[in-house]
Amino acid sequence: MAYVPLADRDHEMEMHHPHTWIGKYVWSQDHKVIAIQYGSIAIFTGLVGLVLSLLFRLQLGFPESVSFVDPNFYYQAITMHGMIMVVYFLTALFLGGFGNYLVPLMCGARDMVFPFMNMLSVWVFLVSVIILMASFFVGGGPTGAGWTLYPPQTAMAGTPGHDLGIVLMLVSLAVFIVAFTMGGLNYVVTILQYRCRGLTMMRLPLSIWGIFVATVLGLFAFPALLVAAIMMLFDTLLGTSFFMPAVLESGTALDHNGGSPILFQHLFWFFGHPEVYIVALPAFGLVSDVLSVHARKNIFGYRMMVWAIIAIGGLSFIVWAHHMYVSGMNPYFGFFFATTTLIIAVPTALKVYNWVLTLWEGDIRMNVPMYFAIGFIFTFIHGGLTGLFLGNVVIDLPLSDTYFVIAHFHMVMGVSPILVLFAAIYHWYPKMTGRMFHEGMAKLHFWLTFLGAYAIYLPMHYLGFLGVPRRYYALGTTEFIPASAQDLNATITIAALIVGISQLLFFINIIWSLRYGKKADPNPWGAASLEWQTPDTPPAHGNWGDQLPTVYRWAYDYSVPGAHQDFIPQNTPESEEPTVSDEHFDPDTEKSLANL
Amino acid sequence: MKLFRSVTNKPWERKGIIGGMRPEGAFNTDAERVALSFFLIIASVVFSLFTVSYFIRMELPDWQPLAEPTQLWLNTGLLVASSVLFQWARNIVGSGQSNNLLIALVGAGVFALLFIVGQLLTWQDLQAAGLYLSSNPANAFYYLMTGLHAVHLLGGLWVWSRSTIRLLSGAEVTDIKLSIELCALYWHFLLLVWLVLFALLANT
Repeated sequence: MAYVPLADRDHEMEMHHPHTWIGKYVWSQDHKVIAIQYGSIAIFTGLVGLVLSLLFRLQLGFPESVSFVDPNFYYQAITMHGMIMVVYFLTALFLGGFGNYLVPLMCGARDMVFPFMNMLSVWVFLVSVIILMASFFVGGGPTGAGWTLYPPQTAMAGTPGHDLGIVLMLVSLAVFIVAFTMGGLNYVVTILQYRCRGLTMMRLPLSIWGIFVATVLGLFAFPALLVAAIMMLFDTLLGTSFFMPAVLESGTALDHNGGSPILFQHLFWFFGHPEVYIVALPAFGLVSDVLSVHARKNIFGYRMMVWAIIAIGGLSFIVWAHHMYVSGMNPYFGFFFATTTLIIAVPTALKVYNWVLTLWEGDIRMNVPMYFAIGFIFTFIHGGLTGLFLGNVVIDLPLSDTYFVIAHFHMVMGVSPILVLFAAIYHWYPKMTGRMFHEGMAKLHFWLTFLGAYAIYLPMHYLGFLGVPRRYYALGTTEFIPASAQDLNATITIAALIVGISQLLFFINIIWSLRYGKKADPNPWGAASLEWQTPDTPPAHGNWGDQLPTVYRWAYDYSVPGAHQDFIPQNTPESEEPTVSDEHFDPDTEKSLANL
Repeated sequence: MKLFRSVTNKPWERKGIIGGMRPEGAFNTDAERVALSFFLIIASVVFSLFTVSYFIRMELPDWQPLAEPTQLWLNTGLLVASSVLFQWARNIVGSGQSNNLLIALVGAGVFALLFIVGQLLTWQDLQAAGLYLSSNPANAFYYLMTGLHAVHLLGGLWVWSRSTIRLLSGAEVTDIKLSIELCALYWHFLLLVWLVLFALLANT
């Protein structure tokens, strides 16, 4: 079938332009509105997760200071915090939020391929969040089994929320997976099929590559969680024994017999590890674009970056059991997974080198997004290096149940992606809203968040080395834990409270600027990729006016020798390439750029 | 090797409108077909993971093999008939005609419905024989996997009913061509999944 641009298809005529307020902002099929809806729901859910973390941090730093944080609530809070942050906040914000906003714009399309399904995706996502939140209000409260939901304790009477809480959690996850699949099919097919003329896969910005591979990972990894959730629902509600072994509950035998808890762990982590990269790969992509734009330099090693994204995506499916070293596995099995885990560090390290080399001799503009992007490089290297420790079986075994692991994964997949999210929100805010944010407030927000994150997580590494166990409601008096550890815990809690409250700066800033911010330039950072070249800011419904763009170059033509401005938009034809005459041309600059 | 060529090209060296991995779409087909293909892969992942779980669970000592109802052979025949009729419908719309299209389409759907009814009857027989969901993991897997397969088929029947209604209300064949083609593809996929499941259930 010959290619017909989206603009020329019949249904383009039907692409209904809504007239009512509800049609425009509620039941909208416009990918930009859907992106904002996805983002707002995700951020709201993330705030719930943040408040939960502050509550249990208060308990850890100042035991029994908050009356309603009893052991049950503590476990419910850590469980919900984990699941909310990983799935309902980070995954939804990166792919539902930024995926929706950027994919059609960066691909030069008018919208997603299946706008109706896209709309359905966000509303089904809302349903999943409502089901999740409902578990706070049912008898027994939400599940407190830990975010990994390991059986058998999920279903045992000692675990808070073992009856309704866990059921709502599993149903909510299943509904989320349905929503994600509808959205994910949209992103993948749009990227593959609806790129504008001249936009080859290798001309796509790395943001799109990150979102693309992460979505493919999500589409193939979430089924494992779905399968696990369905079987566990059967175990919980219908009395089957897929995962539930023969087990005693307060002295009486339960009806279950012979199930395999380890099978659940395999299924969970077969989803769980790719999930790390579902969050990380979009972050890698977005940060690459932010770094390149604000360093006024093409991304170093574009092809390598693309291959690294693909390689990480592929490898992420064969490392899952490194989360299960303590489950008692065959040593050869552990050896295999330790090896693959260390191999995945290679493409990841390559990306880090390339980010640093992109900055090398760049014409760095210290704009707000750049602060967060550089902050990300720090926290990511930090979290990545502790990952190398934990990837080895012998080091993981003693550290696995300590605060060292908390410190590791929060640095690598908590703080790092969130710094990228802030970078990305500040970077694209002028395009999304048509306004500039307040710079001073944003920089203050950065320093409080960045330094605060270190104040929280750096001491946790030390606590981990001391052997302070994670997941404990209270430490009590233990010989190997000195009293100073408790002081450290209090310090961490104070830091966490400051970081938590300082996020208000961010919310005040973006809400205040919506109305009172300076009017933004259509392309305030001088970026070359397509989304900055739309005729309207913020882009109108349909994105491109009458004519879809045509792409003549890659997305990273910055500081091109001979060009009269330091970037050339992707849709500038060669013939119109603005150049300066040779006498204004500094051969040194050209030489140094050519060497890069 | 086209894929290899496209990921090895150096985007910074070439300007202008270039080909590469067909900038107008990586696959030379409708977006709907690409989406369905992805969905089939996802569904395969789901069924494969259940199969892997089945094998792992089977190793544990409390497993008692289930003697599969002989009715499954009849049900398999019904699903094959449904798939064959869908292929017929697909051939008809492929050749741009509309003779017998309604017969083929309605027949395909009816056979699929009969298959689901047949599956429900096997459930009833098992229940009557005292083989409940929770009696043994083999039974649980039987109910779970046949149920999941039937749910997929019901999803297909929803699309089928929409096309059939459109055909009955006088839509042009060209309007429902893609829908019928994709349905046929989906049906063949579900037949394949069923054959694998059937072989798995019957041989263990």
